[in-house]
Amino acid sequence: MIFLRLFLTFLKIGVFSFGGGLATIALIQHDVVEQQGWLTSQEFTDIVATSQITPGPVGINTATYTGYTAIVNAGYSEWMGILGAFIASFSVILIPVILMLIVSKFLLKHKDNKIIATTMSVLRLAVVGLIAAAALLLITPETFGNASPQLWISIGIFAVVFIASLRFKASPILMILLSGVAGFIVYGVIL
Amino acid sequence: MPKLHELFWSFFKIGTFTIGGGYAMIPLMEREIVDRRQWMDRESFMDIMAVSQAMPGIFAVNMATNVGYRMRGHRGVVVSIIGNIAMPIFIILGFATCFRFLKDNPAFEAIFKGIRPAVVALIAAPVFNMAKTAKISWRNCWIPLAAMLLIYLLGLSPVWIILSAIIGGVLYSKYLEKKEVQA
Repeated sequence: MIFLRLFLTFLKIGVFSFGGGLATIALIQHDVVEQQGWLTSQEFTDIVATSQITPGPVGINTATYTGYTAIVNAGYSEWMGILGAFIASFSVILIPVILMLIVSKFLLKHKDNKIIATTMSVLRLAVVGLIAAAALLLITPETFGNASPQLWISIGIFAVVFIASLRFKASPILMILLSGVAGFIVYGVIL
Repeated sequence: MPKLHELFWSFFKIGTFTIGGGYAMIPLMEREIVDRRQWMDRESFMDIMAVSQAMPGIFAVNMATNVGYRMRGHRGVVVSIIGNIAMPIFIILGFATCFRFLKDNPAFEAIFKGIRPAVVALIAAPVFNMAKTAKISWRNCWIPLAAMLLIYLLGLSPVWIILSAIIGGVLYSKYLEKKEVQA
């Protein structure tokens, strides 16, 4: 039953989402693309792009869109896809919200707790590796193309965006829009 | 005490007008909750932010949960969360249904051929800044490297990485505590 599996998968993703939206993306990528095979890496990259240029938390956006696509890919109707979107968005926040409520009732002063601070510092390092792995796993023939010229153009776009965002802190939205324009010109007009 | 619809609209505004994810919402949240509505002082806001970052889940939703609960209890939580994510979900579903029809359009495919490598770069680039924030050094760089290789090469689930990091972190802090007592 795909709806139940969708619910349980996103329930798990929510519990282990430490360290921001990109970490959630890494977890979704592993479970949904690598493990369950509900989406191709190409579909997933398109979803992440859309999630970054539309309003709202990136983790929720990605969960919503992934839930929709997974159900529609499984052969269900659009309306069932929308149900899938709601299931994914709801289950990804369910347990964290309950945990958050427990914490805000009992542990309001945990800021000074040394154990939590040290654990967080180790967790942060691990999350760095998690996201790096997700990026590496998304470099596939589906996303970069498997032959010249697309492969070389893709490597060029990757390098420019990578340097612009690392060195010059360029806005991700602007980068996505510009590379979309570049794609349109190169693949739609020139080639 | 704020009314429920005030909580809803504040979080609706925060969710609808920020592109770029949860952390991009911080300035708008601070302005709305601390300065404009004056629901709490800056220090409590910072405390809530620290807790929301330390807990699992979606940062913005954790913030909404915490603020909503403090203001109006459980009802406040529901109202704040729905306010925060209603519009984003609606917009994403709009895109999702439109994109299904455009899927085979050559211009659409050309645009996304350009975007895909950019998205991968946008996931890869923050890794280096995050490593700096996480205070990476020669002594601890094996942690992210091992995590990356275990997932990338061996297909290990990130869940195991997170679990071991939590257990390792707790044990390490116990060890530090012990060393402090002995010193």
